[in-house]
Amino acid sequence: MSQTQQNSGRPLSPHLSVYKPQISSTLSILHRATGVALAVGVLVLAWWLVAIAGGAEAYDQFMVCMSSIPGKLVLLGFTVALNYHLLNGIRHLYWDTGRGFEIDSLHRTGWMVVIGTALLTVVEWALAYGMV
Amino acid sequence: MSLKTPLGRVRGLGSAKDGTEHFWIQRVTAIALVPLVIWFIAKVIALTGADYMTARAAVADPLFAVPLLLLIGTGFYHLKLGMQVVIEDYVSNDALKIPALLLNTFFCAGVGILSAFAVLQISFGG
Ligand code: HEM
Repeated sequence: MSQTQQNSGRPLSPHLSVYKPQISSTLSILHRATGVALAVGVLVLAWWLVAIAGGAEAYDQFMVCMSSIPGKLVLLGFTVALNYHLLNGIRHLYWDTGRGFEIDSLHRTGWMVVIGTALLTVVEWALAYGMV
Repeated sequence: MSLKTPLGRVRGLGSAKDGTEHFWIQRVTAIALVPLVIWFIAKVIALTGADYMTARAAVADPLFAVPLLLLIGTGFYHLKLGMQVVIEDYVSNDALKIPALLLNTFFCAGVGILSAFAVLQISFGG
């Protein structure tokens, strides 16, 4: 950053390398990251459907892979990404109505998304694996 | 011939010329995805660990297959639009950007149609 820029007193656009991560910026990039993660996740969906169409053997193969530890980790990542993107996506749509841009509102809805993602993930996995 | 004034014709177009439509369809698909994704999560939870016959019969049910096809169509469209923005933001070199955009379109159309075809095969394949 040049001396004149620093002294001009004008607002500067954020330089990411020196910018302190904040809940607003972190959640924003996470929406993008989870969207890209879901691009990989759709391959699991496609595999599941193609396996069912392909017959019992292909389906059992799919189930063995998804019940393994790496398979479960992929599914867990998929679940977290989908829950986060769903909840933060609803936050985006709320913003599209022109509301929710005050700093305290941004922080409140941001934490709601973070806590909601954790809760949804726990509830879904507990239901899926019969722990409740 | 358009009867709009020159100003009326360009209003809202911005530098990208057709950005509003992209933005709008991204929102329309997002709204549709909220109920579809919630429905799908519930169905997948119910099918956790299901054996082959159970899973196949569940997907073959029209009340499952039709919303699933809607989810596939809406979801892959939304994904295509979303990844396009990500590529446009990060890849500035045209020699890489245009192949990346093409790859995105082919990936979304390919995996989307593969998934939809599998659902139809499960439903009608006997
Ligand atoms: C569950 C319902 C969903 C909602 C409510 C939703 C909502 C949204 C919204 C509002 C945006 C635009 C964000 C922006 O303008 O910065 C967006 C972007 C995106 N979404 Fe979704 N989405 C959903 C599901 C999905 C699914 C299933 C996928 C993947 C198959 C996906 C992939 C993406 C991608 C890649 C982006 C672009 C990210 C970016 O530009 O930073 N979304 N989503």
